[in-house]
Amino acid sequence: MKPRHVLSVLVENRFGELARVVGLFSGRGFNIDSLAVNVTIDPTFSRIVLTTHGSEQVVEQIVKQLRKLVRVKKVVEMSDDRFLERELCLVTIQASGAHGRQELERIVSLVGARVVAYSPTAFTVEHTATSKDIDQFLELLRPLGIRDMVRSAPIAVARPGAENAGENVQSLGGAA
Amino acid sequence: MSSARAPHLQEVTAPASAANPASAPVPAAEPVSEPMRGAKILLECLLKEGVDTIFGYPGGAILHVYDEIAKMRGRIRHVLVRHEQGAVHAAEGYARSTGRVGVAMVTSGPGATNTVTGLANAYMDSTPIVVISGQVARNLIGNDAFQEADVVGITRPCTKYNYLVRDVTELAATVKEAFYLARTGRPGPILIDIPKDVTAETCILEYPEKVDLPSYKPTMRGHAMQVKRAVDLMMKTDKAVLYVGGGVVASDGADEILQLAERLNLPVTPTLMGLGSFPCGHSQCLGMLGMHGTYTANMTMAKADLIVSIGARFDDRVTGRLDAFAKNATIVHVDIDPANVNKNVKTHVPIVGDAKTVVRQMLAEIPANLVPPPRAEWWKTLRDWQRDFPLAYRDGGDTVIMPQHVIQLLAELTNNDAIVSTDVGQHQMWAAQYYPPKHGRSWLTSGGLGTMGYGLPAAMGAATGNPDRLSLLITGDGSFQMTIQELATCVHENMNVKVAILNNGHLGMVRQWQELFYSRRYSEVGMKFFPDFVKIAEAYGGTGLRAAKPAELRSVLEKGLSTPGLVVMDLIVSEEENVYPMIAAGAAHYEIVMGPDPNKGPPEPRELA
Repeated sequence: MKPRHVLSVLVENRFGELARVVGLFSGRGFNIDSLAVNVTIDPTFSRIVLTTHGSEQVVEQIVKQLRKLVRVKKVVEMSDDRFLERELCLVTIQASGAHGRQELERIVSLVGARVVAYSPTAFTVEHTATSKDIDQFLELLRPLGIRDMVRSAPIAVARPGAENAGENVQSLGGAA
Repeated sequence: MSSARAPHLQEVTAPASAANPASAPVPAAEPVSEPMRGAKILLECLLKEGVDTIFGYPGGAILHVYDEIAKMRGRIRHVLVRHEQGAVHAAEGYARSTGRVGVAMVTSGPGATNTVTGLANAYMDSTPIVVISGQVARNLIGNDAFQEADVVGITRPCTKYNYLVRDVTELAATVKEAFYLARTGRPGPILIDIPKDVTAETCILEYPEKVDLPSYKPTMRGHAMQVKRAVDLMMKTDKAVLYVGGGVVASDGADEILQLAERLNLPVTPTLMGLGSFPCGHSQCLGMLGMHGTYTANMTMAKADLIVSIGARFDDRVTGRLDAFAKNATIVHVDIDPANVNKNVKTHVPIVGDAKTVVRQMLAEIPANLVPPPRAEWWKTLRDWQRDFPLAYRDGGDTVIMPQHVIQLLAELTNNDAIVSTDVGQHQMWAAQYYPPKHGRSWLTSGGLGTMGYGLPAAMGAATGNPDRLSLLITGDGSFQMTIQELATCVHENMNVKVAILNNGHLGMVRQWQELFYSRRYSEVGMKFFPDFVKIAEAYGGTGLRAAKPAELRSVLEKGLSTPGLVVMDLIVSEEENVYPMIAAGAAHYEIVMGPDPNKGPPEPRELA
């Protein structure tokens, strides 16, 4: 598997800009594994956090092509441990018997997840963690019987003190 | 993502000038004006951007704008094309030949979708144009209305940027931005899609003085350290070559390239898009490189220790097989587009910046007292190649007109000084090899996209933007028929366009590939039923001439070039001739194939499709 990359794209919050970012990937044969978008503190800008797989050379091209987009202000690679990454997972577990419920309670408290909804036969659990931890969490739950599961795209932010990190990835110039 | 009104529109205060009544002859600044409808605002904004000509075709969704065009006669010229693709290529030809932004205008739906080829062509060749398309009224958008298409969606991947104008108050700032984006940085096509009701709404025209594009900051000046490194390498590396492309033409940097080449005694090879950016007759010019470039240019690239690329992008037609390309060379890459650097070829000294600006920086780094490096051994090698492997073709005797000879005669009769447009195929390569343009802006060809049908409308754009110069189209019998309807435009607008058709009765380049790579299994390349181009020219109201024998050629060309207005010269040339030299797709430079021996006399007739 080619290395995973988390890219944070700061883009002007305007009609059609998300389509440009997404279209760039499909048009140039790059893959998007996940994508999260929302407005920033400055409502005239949005932040897109996306994950992709590719060699260093491919990711260098992706970053440069993203930076070329007229309304993209900044592209930062957030793949190393100077950055915090979180993904939200909602999972509904079949847990009708006492044993199942006990096991579920044990796992939930162990990993710091929480139950957000329930019925006599099932529980919906919310967990926020890195993508890797969510993978492991789901493995723990699998034997109990997963009825439904939804994961958000991961989002990422620089840790305090590393706010300017990641900007110099191939910083050869501005838009063209 | 949703957005409120664009923030920059709220920041616009003091308008530079407001519009005048249509009758006012001088566009002088007035403080406040009457509200006017969007259609008029659009045209006033075009005038403020210095637009003198629009290439276009009317239709339902753009009717209000055409109504204003009728009222503005004398202030702005409209050239009525016969197909929207022609409008865009004409705008490209206008832009490339004048250095100004070209403008095309079309209606919604099919009018707009017909511009896609032109937009893609301009995008690949970095040509600054603005295309204005009508759109159905806002309340109909998304309703599958008559002549509705998602034009912003369709054109997104083949424009530098595009707009859907959602309010008449956004229109002026949008036009301002569009022209700014088209001509700055790496130039390119911009599309503005305007719903019909927006052109009917009114507001006060406030034309912003400046654009507000916080995320768009093209780098003009190269990194000083990298520039110095590049100059040091050029001074101390004996086997060096300058490889110059369309970026030099776009930045009007030919003089600087000439100085750099002469100060450092460097050999120079232009790309197809860079032809004219270095004088072809100069002793340091090696001729074009690439798939059909000269032996010397390609071998120089293969053997150089230092390749300095300026405004070129290491396209696959230039590099051939990448893993065999310039294996031992250090590569300096000057490009305004950072994404071009390290895209195809690993770059040792990347310099992002404008070609002309960076070369000026380089010139400033060269010590004033520097004696140009002699590069004696390197030049001797190059001169030997030039002597042993010149561009050559076989004489057709007195029976067959050779296409290369046609081009040489055209160059001689026009003193190399016509604005040459070409289509795509064999004739394009022969024109590139045998017609040395004096300036980059005198050479209009579809390089990146390879669009057959580009030539005639591009020649119209050149004729429109340069009425005192000769606009010469060199085309083939295949390409010419793709936009042949524009002959009507040439006659209608009394354009001085001369057309030379290298008529070999085949889609010659495809036939050449089938001959070389598909065991001569000719598949759909024989144009057995092509029309009588002389009669066609006459039917459109132009002049038609034909030369079928070498003895007739010179007099036909002389007569055709000196006859005013539209002239179509149908030149029946050798059917079998191939373009050489040739580096097959995916082959390495050293695998270049030279043509048959030119000293062997007329070619043997071969059975063709």
